[in-house]
Amino acid sequence: MRQVLLRLAAALPTLCGVVVVTFLLTRVLPGDTATYFAGPTASAEAIEQIRRELGLDLPLPEQFWRYVVALTKGDLGMSLTTGQPVRAEIATRLPASAELTLCALVLAIAIAMPLGVLAAVRQGSLIDHACRVLTTAGVSLPVFFTGLLLVYVFYFVLGWMPAPLGRLDAFATAPPQVSGFYLIDTLLAGDTGTFRAAAAQIVLPATTLALFALAPIARITRASMLAVLGSEFIRTARASGLSGPTVVITYALRNALLPVVTVLGMVFSFLLGANVLVEKVFAWPGIGSYAVEALIASDFAPVQGFVLTMAVLYVLLNLGIDLLNRAIDPRARHGA
Amino acid sequence: MSDALSVQDLSVAFHTRAGVVHALDRVSFTVGAGETLALVGESGSGKSVTAYAIMGLLEAAGQVTSGRALLGETDLLAASPASLARIRGKRVAMIFQNPRTALNPIRPVGTQIADVMRRHGGATWFNARARAIEALRAVGIPDPARRTRAYPFELSGGMCQRVMIAIAMAARPDLLIADEPTTGLDVTTQAVVMDLIAEMAAQTGMATILITHDLALAAERARRIAVMHAGHVVEVAETATLLARPMHPYSARLIAATPTAAGTLEELQSVPGALPDLRGAAIPACRYAARCDRRQADCGETLHPHEAEPGHSIACHHPLGVAA
Ligand SMILES: Nc1ncnc2c1ncn2[C@@H]1O[C@H](COP(=O)(O)OP(=O)(O)OP(=O)(O)O)[C@@H](O)[C@H]1O
Ligand code: SF4
Ligand SMILES: [Mg+2]
Repeated sequence: MRQVLLRLAAALPTLCGVVVVTFLLTRVLPGDTATYFAGPTASAEAIEQIRRELGLDLPLPEQFWRYVVALTKGDLGMSLTTGQPVRAEIATRLPASAELTLCALVLAIAIAMPLGVLAAVRQGSLIDHACRVLTTAGVSLPVFFTGLLLVYVFYFVLGWMPAPLGRLDAFATAPPQVSGFYLIDTLLAGDTGTFRAAAAQIVLPATTLALFALAPIARITRASMLAVLGSEFIRTARASGLSGPTVVITYALRNALLPVVTVLGMVFSFLLGANVLVEKVFAWPGIGSYAVEALIASDFAPVQGFVLTMAVLYVLLNLGIDLLNRAIDPRARHGA
Repeated sequence: MSDALSVQDLSVAFHTRAGVVHALDRVSFTVGAGETLALVGESGSGKSVTAYAIMGLLEAAGQVTSGRALLGETDLLAASPASLARIRGKRVAMIFQNPRTALNPIRPVGTQIADVMRRHGGATWFNARARAIEALRAVGIPDPARRTRAYPFELSGGMCQRVMIAIAMAARPDLLIADEPTTGLDVTTQAVVMDLIAEMAAQTGMATILITHDLALAAERARRIAVMHAGHVVEVAETATLLARPMHPYSARLIAATPTAAGTLEELQSVPGALPDLRGAAIPACRYAARCDRRQADCGETLHPHEAEPGHSIACHHPLGVAA
């Protein structure tokens, strides 16, 4: 527990840095907020008026001070495009992104890890070659392309999947929010019909993201398994006559998990990035598309809110990875 | 006395990118029940490959091309992978150099012992821990109940080797193959570990193959010694006979290069010349020929394995102590 608190404390300077940098970045980015909102026909006075109202005429240090004071109260500002508080919007959109990303990650792990293990155990076999093809394809196909391809095939041509129009189709109503994950909230509400609708909506975008995440996971699993299978304690396990499954799973895989977990952390953060594109393709109401729209509109507050949320997520993610490593590796528990 | 293990004409080849390496060529020796046989030879002479071939642990590139390894009635080299897995750890066990890396780094040592006991029917889920504690006590680990929960990195090298011995002894095997079990341990610990192996062997009537490049250690611990050179067993004799009257020129060199006091010399590189290249077909029939000062024309034609006197075999055309 103390370890966790220490780690969180150590992340504070990073988060402060992120606050400063996002603030400065949004100010130096091209595009003038006041001009954008005044509209193309506005007079110079009108623009000035808006600028004053938004506090954009104040000197930078003062703007920054106001921003930080608001932050400490948990206030992320208002979005000018939607007129909603940024915090509220992120709170509804983050679960959408998180649900999508986690589904994709679980799907990717469920396919890639067994594949990587089999490829390592049966080196040079058909499975090994299949693994190689899949990992090469996975890295060389851009996410928006696989997304569009899947939509074309499974919605347009085959008609197996619903239209790519967000988390639920127009006829379904969202479940009462508990976790913010539709797949969980619908079940909590006992509404299996909506659960099925939500599941149908998430299949294609999650598959798209999973295809992207497959390659690095399968590859590191295979490499890590190969390294462990060649190590001396596996020889001991075999020399002791331990059965195949015990050797491969209890002895090899558990040891091979350490680098895999680290890569999972990286893949998760790549996925957060890839989300932006997938959310666009599938009209997914997540924070990625929210941030992109705000960026195009030079709408500072949502962009700052987005970056800050991401930074906090990364810190938590790294903490999670660290805890997982400790759970697996007694040496890590001992060392720190 | 019946044999615990009889190895006959064992040949092993490695298929590598640089060609086929004939690592072992017609290796033969026997180990009597309860007996300790030492396999000695300089680094690269094929001692470990012999052990791995017997255990069925050769890596994919290595193939047994001829021979038998009879453990009682069973030919280990012809056994199916499934039946071999049932034999390993139960009837024949092995311990290794670097005991720390030979143990699973993230599994408590007691659990590792219990794994082997459960596998071979020596323990159930319910009594595995008690049995593991017992096993640790038997190899002289103090406070065994606490130590079952220790990880290898928390134990010294000597302690790890004791754990390895406990794992090897878990199912009371008929034969223990110890591949350089004391290399890398300090002198006192070496003696303690060797004593422990001897004690275990005496208690259970287990035979031991002691693999070492330390002839002094072999002389001290083994009843018989087999000398290996470049994948050949060049001489097998009772320890006293071999030390007093070596017949193969290589054995004689080896003995001359070993300090008389049971010392700690690590390397026996003072034998002049190097091991021949074991790739391809152009290996001389006697692989010691290039280094031998007794070499004659017939040496290059055939290997000449024979029993020079009862219980004393050599592979040489012109052995020492015999009129040439
Ligand atoms: N994977 C491999 N590929 C090719 N050749 C190999 C391989 N493993 C072993 N060899 C060959 O087998 C020979 C004997 O190796 P081995 O490990 O048995 O020697 P050793 O007597 O145990 O030596 P050491 O005292 O160093 O352990 C080596 O010289 C090498 O030529
Ligand atoms: S066979 Fe010939 S070359 Fe080989 S060791 Fe004997 S004398 Fe030397
Ligand atoms: Mg060796």
